[in-house]
Amino acid sequence: MFARLVYESFRRQKRRKLLAGAAITLGVTVATAMIAVATDIGDKINRELRTIGANLLVTPQEDTLDVEIGGVNLKPPSDGAFLNEADLPKIKGTFWHNNITGFAPMLPVNVTLQRGGGAENLTLLGTYFARQVSFGKEEFTTGVRSTNPWWKVSGAWPDDSSRDVLLGERLAARLSARPGDGVTVSGRQLRISGILSTGGSEDDQIVAPIALAQEILGKPGAVRRVYVSALTKPEDALARRDPKSMSGPVYDRWYCSPYPQSIAFQLQEAIPHSHAEQIRQVAQNEGAVLTRIEGLIFLITLAALFASALAVSAAMATAIFERRAEVGLMKALGAGKLSVASIFFAEAALLALIGGLVGFAAGGLLAHQIGRSIFDSQITIPPVLLPVILAIAVIVTFAGSAVAIRQAVRLDPVLALRGEL
Amino acid sequence: MSLSHSAPDVAAGRAQSPHTSMFLRMLVRAAVLRRGRALSALFAMVVAAGVATAMLNLYVDVQAKLRREFRNYGANIILVGRDRASLPADALVRVDSVLAGRGVVAPFALVVARTSDDQPVVVAGTDFDRVRQLDRWWSVSNWPSAPQQALVGVRALSVVSPKSEPFDLSFQGHTVHLTSAGTVRTGAAEDSRIYLSLADFASWTGVQASTIEVAATGSPEEISAIMHQLEQAIPAADVRPVRQIMEGEARVLGKTRATLLAAAALIILTAALCVLSTLMGWVFDRRRDFAIMKALGASDRLLNGFFAAEAAALGASGAVIGFVLGIGIAAWIGRVNFHAPVVPRFTVLPFVLAGSIVVTLLSAVLPIWLLRRVQPAVILRGE
Repeated sequence: MFARLVYESFRRQKRRKLLAGAAITLGVTVATAMIAVATDIGDKINRELRTIGANLLVTPQEDTLDVEIGGVNLKPPSDGAFLNEADLPKIKGTFWHNNITGFAPMLPVNVTLQRGGGAENLTLLGTYFARQVSFGKEEFTTGVRSTNPWWKVSGAWPDDSSRDVLLGERLAARLSARPGDGVTVSGRQLRISGILSTGGSEDDQIVAPIALAQEILGKPGAVRRVYVSALTKPEDALARRDPKSMSGPVYDRWYCSPYPQSIAFQLQEAIPHSHAEQIRQVAQNEGAVLTRIEGLIFLITLAALFASALAVSAAMATAIFERRAEVGLMKALGAGKLSVASIFFAEAALLALIGGLVGFAAGGLLAHQIGRSIFDSQITIPPVLLPVILAIAVIVTFAGSAVAIRQAVRLDPVLALRGEL
Repeated sequence: MSLSHSAPDVAAGRAQSPHTSMFLRMLVRAAVLRRGRALSALFAMVVAAGVATAMLNLYVDVQAKLRREFRNYGANIILVGRDRASLPADALVRVDSVLAGRGVVAPFALVVARTSDDQPVVVAGTDFDRVRQLDRWWSVSNWPSAPQQALVGVRALSVVSPKSEPFDLSFQGHTVHLTSAGTVRTGAAEDSRIYLSLADFASWTGVQASTIEVAATGSPEEISAIMHQLEQAIPAADVRPVRQIMEGEARVLGKTRATLLAAAALIILTAALCVLSTLMGWVFDRRRDFAIMKALGASDRLLNGFFAAEAAALGASGAVIGFVLGIGIAAWIGRVNFHAPVVPRFTVLPFVLAGSIVVTLLSAVLPIWLLRRVQPAVILRGE
């Protein structure tokens, strides 16, 4: 009888059930989409923040001081220590290799540029543009094109295996050089493939594939420093502690968290004779910005959950209020408070489950759409979320119906049937 | 309506404006008699308007808040003397007057000096108070406070003064005796440098500041206006944007705002639907009032006007209360998340007000429209 009552109520009152169901579905859709966005926003913004540039710097351990003013290196070129280019793919072998979005080695060398009658001393910077690197079975492409997205080239990017170079825009303006022209650098005839604009000291330099810089310096495989771009977690008290002073489990937790410090530590382990450090300007501020944005979206998600809970309760209250006559009839026929309430709760639960399932699917689509249109990447919902969302939907629907159901079971059947309430 | 009026007064009043008075009375009595349902409809309206206000307020303000966070990245404009020359002596004063409080400025002068064992090292002169404000990411053990005190980069420390002893530096035959007040660690070029106060630096080397770093606050348009003004104020300087910071900032801000907009749209939609369903229930519930009025000869226009006026009153009062509530929510979020209050934007009010009234009108007129064909007798018989 109970099941039949519930079934008939759904069959005969399609419009009302549809309205309440629609409210639940909408509420769950919004809640699911917002939770999905909130859980993923940190990763998405972290990737956007990587456009500000590398946050870790690897230098040789026994290096002499940098003597550099305004991008002009005054240190004797062969002075100091170098890293070995062959060690670089090991960066992708560290514990947090999936968090490392790219790296770019740098080798500045002093060159002379022949023009007209005279010669000019300037810096040629060797680097990777978009170089294929393989570690084990893994193949990946890395270089300044991914780590320094603010570098703009008019003309073409040189190939990493070519002898083409980029000319900084101020230098090019001085020489009135255009893409396709040739330049003579330290006795070598090179072709300019494009003009580089960075807004930094590179605008006065020549940027070339690293092999060319190594050849000019006469040190094959030499790298002065490596910029590493990694997705990191905002620093906290644990991150700032010295790993040497930590006990076993604390050290493991530190090592297995993607703090800038622990990733730097692992880079140092991976590359022999190296010293890795966070670039504080980038690494420190990124944590602050990330925390703020995550906090904001979290609070807004709370607001969204609150609004959808309210919408569901309002719809349920209205739906039950409209059925006073029915309650009156049931009570006149001898139904107790308990049985009236349990019918309403069973209906609410059924509505919540159906609405929750549909809403979860719709919310997933919505989150996917938001991810695609705003971040050009996927926002996926972990399936683990489904039972949580369903439970929330049932609880909210119950809570929303509770007041209305309490009023309904207290109704005087006579008044209800006469329609005087 | 007060009962204390004398009969002729009431009669005279009714003679003047019979419709208005009855109309108002029905509006007020309808709300007072069914207090519970009217209050729940008002509650839904207040919450919806509050949430909408908070979201719109945040959406407008978040850019300013996040820009402030991004200014911690340091300079977004750099002034350099053309062809590596020093800037004019009054350059800093002129930059300050152009900015007029819209940012932080720090001057830098750089030379290559020699240590006592003839190692080259970059020495910079700057204004420590300004640098502290501009480059907040510098991890400094102790800022210099007295003359002849230097701030030594962590890598430079091992070269000039491994045991923190006083050290000598020479530049073009002039020697200066310095003590190390503390160390600076940034992970970048600063680690290899030694920083002095600009006064010490100038009296030792005679070199003036060659670079001024500016962290200007404002929208991209405001910043390019500032750059233009700087170019005009100091023609001897090359004014360059720090593209790396500006572009990253623009990207992150754009994405955050877009996410916020999507969230705001979803939340406002949900809140509006909540109001719609509550109000429609309320109006539908009063179909008996509607039927009685119709049976007594009220025209369709009057009925529509009555319910619409009721809805508009509800929408307007809900919107005003909700606006105050929403400003409170936005201020709270600002305090909790950004540690700065979100400024109330009164420009949001007309939108919230108009939106609330439209939603309430819609939810009042829709049930009336559905019921318009129904005979009053059918409703009154409870069928």
